[in-house]
Amino acid sequence: MRRAAPEINAGSMADIAFLLLIFFLVTTTMDVDSGITRRLPPPVDSPDNVKVKERNVLNVLVNKNNMLLVNGVPGDIRTLKDVAKEFMTPHYPDDPNYPEVEEQTIKFIGSFHSSKGVISLKNDRGTSYDTYIQVQNELARAFNEIKEELSVNKFGTKLSSLSKEKLEAINEAVPVRISEAEPENIGGN
Amino acid sequence: MRETSLRVKVKLPIATEIQKLEKKSLVSYIYIGPPTNTTLYGTESRIQLNDQYARVSDVPEFVTAEREARNEADRNLITTSLKVHKETKMGVVTDVKQELRKASAFRINYSTLKGIAK
Repeated sequence: MRRAAPEINAGSMADIAFLLLIFFLVTTTMDVDSGITRRLPPPVDSPDNVKVKERNVLNVLVNKNNMLLVNGVPGDIRTLKDVAKEFMTPHYPDDPNYPEVEEQTIKFIGSFHSSKGVISLKNDRGTSYDTYIQVQNELARAFNEIKEELSVNKFGTKLSSLSKEKLEAINEAVPVRISEAEPENIGGN
Repeated sequence: MRETSLRVKVKLPIATEIQKLEKKSLVSYIYIGPPTNTTLYGTESRIQLNDQYARVSDVPEFVTAEREARNEADRNLITTSLKVHKETKMGVVTDVKQELRKASAFRINYSTLKGIAK
């Protein structure tokens, strides 16, 4: 004998659909723009060379074939972060192989020897934007790791959970000094 | 949701150390990349300001116009977001950056996606 198939109660279907609609409306976020924020230096009339001691500068050159030259030696994007980090970490007492250190008194941290190092970044007109961003990213990573370590050292917490004032203190102790050279063609154009 | 229609192809590079852009109303956009219609405009990277192609020399005017459109108090807080195709050569980007410097638009943001590059 044939039995009638049991019917599903569809009365609440509209309510369920409505609830789903509300749910997705609330949870959907529009994608926010994000990226690497930098501050351009003000224009200079005559790019005269500001004398910076050689030991204070880490030269990073990128040529049109996207190859790196770090302080005169061929470099690699994969090791750039470590090189930059080692270079920018303040070395005290003074070590002639690393940049000079400068004693500063910073709120919350107190007396601190911060590095006077500068990373000089120079790229060719033919360098690809992707490589440029990777280099910028690796350099930013080096600075962020130094900041992170200092934060754990001085305050015992991660950078992300610091208060605004303490974050400012860290930023003062570890200044992000990436200098971009005035553009000119370097090599192989 | 986009305010302008894109005339250049922009495939953003990937980075990890990124910050979010706050206050969307204080952001102006410059797009650089190969034209979407390659048969008509070729494959060389072009600059797009608002909704048309532009030359490097048009950038200062664009910056001024963007500044005029904002409140007096906010004019120095404008961030210029550079949306650049990843295979673009740095030459055109550098030129635009030089123009931005001359026009005193110092705050810039290289727009990227979040992720780990291979």
